[in-house]
Amino acid sequence: MKIKFGVVVFPGSNCDHDAFYVAKKILEKDAEFLWHKDTDLKNSDVIILPGGFSYGDYLRTGAIARFSPIMESVIAFAEKGGIVIGICNGFQILLEAELLPGVMLMNKNLKFICKDVFLSVENKKTIFTSNIDKDVIKIPIAHAEGNYFADEKVLDELVKNNQIVFKYCSSKGVIDDKNNPNGSKMNIAGIINKKGNVLGMMPHPERCCDPVLGKTDGVLFFKSIIKNLTK
Amino acid sequence: MFKAKVIVKRRAAILDPQGKAAEQGAKLLGFNNISGTRINKIIEFAVNLADKELAEKEVKEYCEKLLSNPNIEDFEYTLEEAK
Repeated sequence: MKIKFGVVVFPGSNCDHDAFYVAKKILEKDAEFLWHKDTDLKNSDVIILPGGFSYGDYLRTGAIARFSPIMESVIAFAEKGGIVIGICNGFQILLEAELLPGVMLMNKNLKFICKDVFLSVENKKTIFTSNIDKDVIKIPIAHAEGNYFADEKVLDELVKNNQIVFKYCSSKGVIDDKNNPNGSKMNIAGIINKKGNVLGMMPHPERCCDPVLGKTDGVLFFKSIIKNLTK
Repeated sequence: MFKAKVIVKRRAAILDPQGKAAEQGAKLLGFNNISGTRINKIIEFAVNLADKELAEKEVKEYCEKLLSNPNIEDFEYTLEEAK
């Protein structure tokens, strides 16, 4: 099966080219940019909402991007079971669009954090993770508002339905406050919807795919999706 | 026509890091009697409708759909006839 990645470009997106590069050059798949004012998803099989500062993060992160014309199509695509990945600002947009539950608050230490972190792969039964052969992966984060918050009821639901996919942890997989960079509830770094086709994550897998950058755990994530789609 | 003024407040139970940062600054400046600083948003706009009830409905919807996030924020508003 020929797989095509559609990378949405909002005004202020800045990881769109990284995502496009990974799809095209590293994964050797079709890729196309999707302008936020268009509504055509151009037959994409996987939609990526990339990182950045869409609409300057005005009002709240992701709040205005969520109403871009392209998002109507993305929401319809997701509702039909299409695969949608929101990375960093893309995750924030998915939360505002209510495709995923919860909200992002400013990091607990009030700082923009840009560093490699370790993630425990909590759920390996998703299309995004079933072919990741490690329990702990190293992926960089770069955000000021990545402090995941949801009330107890939502958190209980996430646990009950196995929707927590990634948690911040130590290199050995220890999940505790010490290894929680931004103050997220339950160390949450990435979640999926109930159906399992929409994933949001704060860490940037697209920034660690090219071996020239010295780390490649991001590839495991993208290859898992491709393997599942071509099964 | 009406003039609307919306105040969006983060709920008391939710951490307000900006308020916390401002208060740290206040302490550095020697304001030792200040506590509980919260930074809220005031949003002002005009509503080009003659009917107050309709105008109010529009303001409410704008607040619910875009200006506030119901997961963490509450809003209040005032609506005044523009002179």
